[in-house]
Amino acid sequence: MAEKEMTELKKGAPLLVVDHLTKRFADLTVLDGISLTVHEGEVIVIVGPSGCGKSTLLRCLNALEDIQGGEILLHGERISQNNKNLTELRQRVGMVFQSYELFPHLNVLDNILLAPTRVQKRKREEVKEEAMALLARIGLESKAESFPRQLSGGQKQRVAIIRALCMHPEVMLFDEVTAALDPEMVREVLDVILELANQGKTMLIVTHEMQFARAIADRVIFLNEGGICEEGPPEEFFDHPKTERAKQFLQTFTFSRKRS
Amino acid sequence: MPDLGLNVLFKGKNLARLLGGLGVALKISLLSVVISIVLGIVVGLLMTWKNPISRALMRCYLEIVRIMPQMVLLFLVYFGTTRIFGWNLSGETSSVIVFSFWGAAEMGDLVRGALISIPRHQYESAAALGLSGGQTYRYIVLPQTVRRLIPLSMNLITRMIKTTSLVLMIGVVEVLKVSQQIIEANRMSSPNAAFGVYLTVFALYFFACWPISLLAGFLEKRWR
Amino acid sequence: MLTLQIGVLGILASIAIGIVCTMIQYFKVPFVRKAVSVYVEISRNTPLLIQLFFIYYGLPKIGIRTNPYACGVAGLAFLGGSYMTEAFRSGIEAVDRVQTESAASLGLSGIQILRYVIFPQALTISFPAFMANVIFLLKETSVFSAISLMDLMFTAKDLIGLYYQTTESLFLLVVFYLLILLPVSVLGSIIERRMRYAGFGS
Repeated sequence: MAEKEMTELKKGAPLLVVDHLTKRFADLTVLDGISLTVHEGEVIVIVGPSGCGKSTLLRCLNALEDIQGGEILLHGERISQNNKNLTELRQRVGMVFQSYELFPHLNVLDNILLAPTRVQKRKREEVKEEAMALLARIGLESKAESFPRQLSGGQKQRVAIIRALCMHPEVMLFDEVTAALDPEMVREVLDVILELANQGKTMLIVTHEMQFARAIADRVIFLNEGGICEEGPPEEFFDHPKTERAKQFLQTFTFSRKRS
Repeated sequence: MPDLGLNVLFKGKNLARLLGGLGVALKISLLSVVISIVLGIVVGLLMTWKNPISRALMRCYLEIVRIMPQMVLLFLVYFGTTRIFGWNLSGETSSVIVFSFWGAAEMGDLVRGALISIPRHQYESAAALGLSGGQTYRYIVLPQTVRRLIPLSMNLITRMIKTTSLVLMIGVVEVLKVSQQIIEANRMSSPNAAFGVYLTVFALYFFACWPISLLAGFLEKRWR
Repeated sequence: MLTLQIGVLGILASIAIGIVCTMIQYFKVPFVRKAVSVYVEISRNTPLLIQLFFIYYGLPKIGIRTNPYACGVAGLAFLGGSYMTEAFRSGIEAVDRVQTESAASLGLSGIQILRYVIFPQALTISFPAFMANVIFLLKETSVFSAISLMDLMFTAKDLIGLYYQTTESLFLLVVFYLLILLPVSVLGSIIERRMRYAGFGS
């Protein structure tokens, strides 16, 4: 339904531009001149073998890493660790981590309210209303007063998503958000992300869930050894990968047994 | 430049006497440490033993040692035994007794902590591989426990060395006593000796403990 | 009661020193940070008695005068400050780095992260070490007799000398320390348990 409308909007203004981004840890080059443009409403899924730099790329987009070359622009404004406006920029980029990272000393509601009230100085009542509505949407309104340790992994991760959403970010980054979850909880988290896609949220997603990637992506980026090896629409990438490396990578997800 | 009283140190055998005093302190602490480690392992095993009586007893023992200042213990043993039992323990013997009594409890607690910090899965996977109880301890538990214990027990050694400064209160002639004697003897010729001598003692203790602390910190990081 | 007064004042000062030093290390203030680690090493690797002797007998020789009371507080604060620094620092270090990152990604500033995210967690983590330090410092007050303070220990020693009523005075001494330290120890473990149950563990 809403999906159709989205495709129309997709070619909006470039929201995020990554230009020849280079990231090194000492002598090791992790990202080697990556260029990438993200349009408003676009959902980009980044896949690749472990160690290819996909998580590092997301972390750079939120200035959690310093960069050694190139630049990252959000609506023309530079994202870097020495930007004076860093906290303001980070409010516009939401991020969800693999390990949830809810604040253990705060209950669910306070976890969500902390940044909107302290950073954006919004009225507690107003944010609370919004937060409760979002919690209701994912069926967790009864957990508002619970502490993180009382929640399951899937519940924690959904709360973490809402916590980021309440800051009204222009783009959301998901860093392997289901990797630490028990298999039966993966679905509930992915469903939330899928719904956000349907609402037209701009997102960059790093994941190992290939079926999910195929379903949600507008564009798939295959990262290998710190560079973009291949990119394109999901059907094309998954059904007809062009590069040998991508073929190899996709084969790791299929199994067969030799029978004599 | 004001007279800092450092010259006293180079008069006669003063520096050698100070070092000799430090030697007494180190001797007491090393002796106590060895005894503490041996007794501490026993205490630690008793603490993890599932017998509630031994556990309660060990708990009491640890609490008493933790709560009583070492100085009070020293007084108790040194003066108390004379008074109650009529024993005439020397200052050094009393110090070794007190430090061992204290060290065994602390060491025991460290052993206990190291033992229980080994996850149950380690025992289970050892059992699953068919290792016997003894083999499990020998090859799995002990190597991991020892690695955790060594840095911690080294910190205990520095604590003991530092605490030896108290034994002057029960008449043992160690560094501090020697410095008092030196300062007293030179009161006329260099009235400022107190500064220089105490500064030296300060440095002596520091250089006795610091390398051990550094090594402990290093091992702790490396074996983590 | 002098013991207790000096103990309490010294501990309060230790906490203040500990907080300041921890902040300096956390914000990586250049140069001062080096000075803090030198201070911590020196203070942790020398006995309180020597520190007190130096302050009380040594410093006046170069013109810094102290009275026994101030000397006791200063010595305890000098020693305790480094122990408190270590306790707070390890508490802060125990908070996972990703917590800082996730707070940063929500747009919190460095100080806000410290205040709303790190500090409340570090407090719980370092509480046992903090309590152990309090007990340790109270115990160390027994050392003060050495600097001619009308301290508990000193009184006992006097009595030993004067009346040779060793048993009684030693007994009183033990009882007195038990009276001070046992409640502190018990209170500490109660608070610790409360904090642990009050909503922690990720």
